Amino acid sequence: MSLALVLEQLLNGVQFGLMLFLMSAGLTLVFGVMGLINLAHGSLYMIGAFLCAAVAGATGSFWIGLVAGLAAAAAAGALIEIIVIRRLYDRDHLDQVLATFALILILSEGVRMIFGPFPLYLNVPDALRGTVSLGIVDYSLYRLALIGFGVAVAVGLWVLIAKTRLGIRIRAGESDREMIAALGVNIRALYTIVFALGAALAGLAGALVGAIQSVQVGMGEPVLILAFVVIVIGGIGSIKGAMVGALLVGVIDTMGRFLLPRIFATFLDTSQAMGVGAALASMLIYLLMALVLIFRPKGLFPAHG
Amino acid sequence: MADPVLELRGLTRRFGALTATDDVSLTLRRGEIHALIGPNGAGKSTLMGLISGKIAPDAGEVWLGGQNITRLSVARRAQLGLGRSFQVSSLIPEYSALRNVMLALQARQGHSYRFLRPVMRDQPLRAEARAILARVGLDARASVEAAFLSHGERRLLEIAVALALAPRCFLLDEPMAGLGSEGTARLVGFLRRLKQEAPILLVEHDMDAVFRLADRISVLVYGRVIATGTGPEIRANAQVRAVYLGEEAPT
Amino acid sequence: MDSARKEWLLNAVMAGALFAVPLWALMANEPFIITLATRIAILAIAAVGLNIALGLGGMVSFGHALYLGLGGYVAGIAAHHAFNGTPVFAGLPGTNQMLIIWGVAMVVSGALAAIVGALSLRTSGIFFIMITLAFAQMGFFFTLSWPAYGGEDGLPIFVRNQFPGLNTARPWHLFVIAYGVLILALAAFALLRAARFGAALMAIRQNPDRAAAIGISPFGIRLVAFILSGMITGLAGAMMADLTRFVSPAMMAWTMSGELIVIIILGGVGRLFGPVAGAAILVGFEVFFGGLTEHWKLWLGLVLLGVVLFARGGLIGLIAGRGQHG
Repeated sequence: MSLALVLEQLLNGVQFGLMLFLMSAGLTLVFGVMGLINLAHGSLYMIGAFLCAAVAGATGSFWIGLVAGLAAAAAAGALIEIIVIRRLYDRDHLDQVLATFALILILSEGVRMIFGPFPLYLNVPDALRGTVSLGIVDYSLYRLALIGFGVAVAVGLWVLIAKTRLGIRIRAGESDREMIAALGVNIRALYTIVFALGAALAGLAGALVGAIQSVQVGMGEPVLILAFVVIVIGGIGSIKGAMVGALLVGVIDTMGRFLLPRIFATFLDTSQAMGVGAALASMLIYLLMALVLIFRPKGLFPAHG
Repeated sequence: MADPVLELRGLTRRFGALTATDDVSLTLRRGEIHALIGPNGAGKSTLMGLISGKIAPDAGEVWLGGQNITRLSVARRAQLGLGRSFQVSSLIPEYSALRNVMLALQARQGHSYRFLRPVMRDQPLRAEARAILARVGLDARASVEAAFLSHGERRLLEIAVALALAPRCFLLDEPMAGLGSEGTARLVGFLRRLKQEAPILLVEHDMDAVFRLADRISVLVYGRVIATGTGPEIRANAQVRAVYLGEEAPT
Repeated sequence: MDSARKEWLLNAVMAGALFAVPLWALMANEPFIITLATRIAILAIAAVGLNIALGLGGMVSFGHALYLGLGGYVAGIAAHHAFNGTPVFAGLPGTNQMLIIWGVAMVVSGALAAIVGALSLRTSGIFFIMITLAFAQMGFFFTLSWPAYGGEDGLPIFVRNQFPGLNTARPWHLFVIAYGVLILALAAFALLRAARFGAALMAIRQNPDRAAAIGISPFGIRLVAFILSGMITGLAGAMMADLTRFVSPAMMAWTMSGELIVIIILGGVGRLFGPVAGAAILVGFEVFFGGLTEHWKLWLGLVLLGVVLFARGGLIGLIAGRGQHG
């Protein structure tokens, strides 16, 4: 087990974590501002990936595809919010879970009807092919770009929320709904914008990740569940919590899968060690989440007091 | 004099920089109504929370019938005889008035882990619940769901639920709120008889009712008890007059 | 006719239909229909279990597939060792007796539900939903990557487990077993709901602070309800494994947990026969629309969305009106 390999896995973990952050940021914003559990967030991720792959395939440009994926997810998000989601804000969590579960069924089948049952493939853009030397390790340029992209979006989101008028309204919406409505802010429009923003981030993540895995129906759900783990660990409604949670989950999951079988191999025979190690590694982040909730029932960074 | 039924010893609770209750001590003796008054934000709600167990104190103790209950849960305190009514009516909305009282009786008997016998066919339990509803004058409304009772009826049902617990002491949080003059008059008469069964710690905004009912009154201001005494003593107290009337307090 | 009477009538019709249709199928020699009815009955049992936690107690468990899968693996592992003649561990033999398997499945599921419940009930709201999901995901990934019992390929049951006096290889016999257990589970649910325990549990759902203030500790009542709930769903899991003669991690997938909730919502939350109606709708939908179009899940989604947005009482609520809580 060389240091280079460990470093590579660590970078993979960070990259994975940053993509999870893109997913989680929207999810946590929507819960923080509107109090809504949105299971269909993974479908928006899928829509971003499909549109990106289809448009990139047709135009030959990854970047046009990326913009298309992002725009499609944002538009789908706004549409879903206006047709369905806004009827759910005053409902209990059970109704929200069910209605958005129904949306998953509808959107997954819808995508399958439009794009067919087979996976699409999305190529890494030419400019980002190959590897780059980081001293002791040659690392995938595209994954490194994803890390840079993730950091840039995180900074942009922070600026948006902390510095702009829209951000002030979003934060006000988190703390006092009636008050900002009384101040004449159009709360319906604000909610649609927040939802579309979250959708755009999810679509962006889907499009970016689409180039390193196959684009298929159902790709959104595993990521969705991980994103929930992230925001529950981080504290629902907290962007900072989403960032910390995403990096924790990304790194622990990646390193667990890499290290645990090797650790067990030191005292078990290889096939047994692989089995036990893999079983434990796949449970690790859920274990982490359960532990966090047991000791800090509102997550690491509770958003409201 | 006999030991107090309920005793607060130096209860203190801070929320950040705000000290909501500050070293509050008071007693509730057998057969009395002890009223707690004070301007808004004086810490009455916090104090009720501390007594009922919803809020944990930073310092101080709560004693009920000679037992330290400071560390016990809300449910445990209720089982030991703390009968609480809520400021905002807090009933089981989908249960009828009768069923709300039956639930309290069931809770008092401590037998909620019974899985087989249908509770609504438990005739002794029904009869006892009906009798309690009759005492507060709600027997005609027994089968109406709590959610569909009028505001005044819900206040009465609150009292009926507290009665069903047959507590050692009552903790009544603004029982007169929104009752109207006739309802208030009836309730005043009722509470006067009720205190013979168990003493009442009464938080109330209706000053007229307080001075008619209370054997002793404590005045809470900024989390501190500034005076305790009979109605006339409180009326004459210079510090109280300063708080309520803005008169200059002698230093 | 008042709504309580209407609901009883509707329940009787459903109980009758669930028996009459496979009986007709037996005469008409349509074993496929009998198996469908068996599947409805078993799914309904699983949902009766969840209905205790969710319908009566208001605990939105998004991880009940864990108990379904656990019960399934109990049946699968017992049958696997009985078939091979190997001990499960330390000399403990496998078995192919359903009654023993059911008992073990209920005990094991109840024990796991006690642990999960004790930890999860410290939280509430969305956190409760998510922590129950997390525990189920642990189970899912554990079975997925643990190689001893088939891992992601699952574990087949070569010979269906036995029930005294009946031939479980015959669809009709297996149906009668499932139907009998369903009726027992429904009876247990009805008793529980009407008893003091049910009164306390439903009160806690509506107003936990009030329940505590009159001396009923929400935690204890909820935990016991959660354990009973897990036990019944675990029992259904063991039966489901025997029906399909196969267990796999898919039984513990989060979509399965979602389906169990969907069944209850489609039928009507907290209603005695809600799980039966919901399971029949779900299976019927899959068979009927699945035959018409490969995109039947789109229509299922639309129906579910419609029910959640516009018909909160589910099917039974639509027909019988608002529930009686008297």
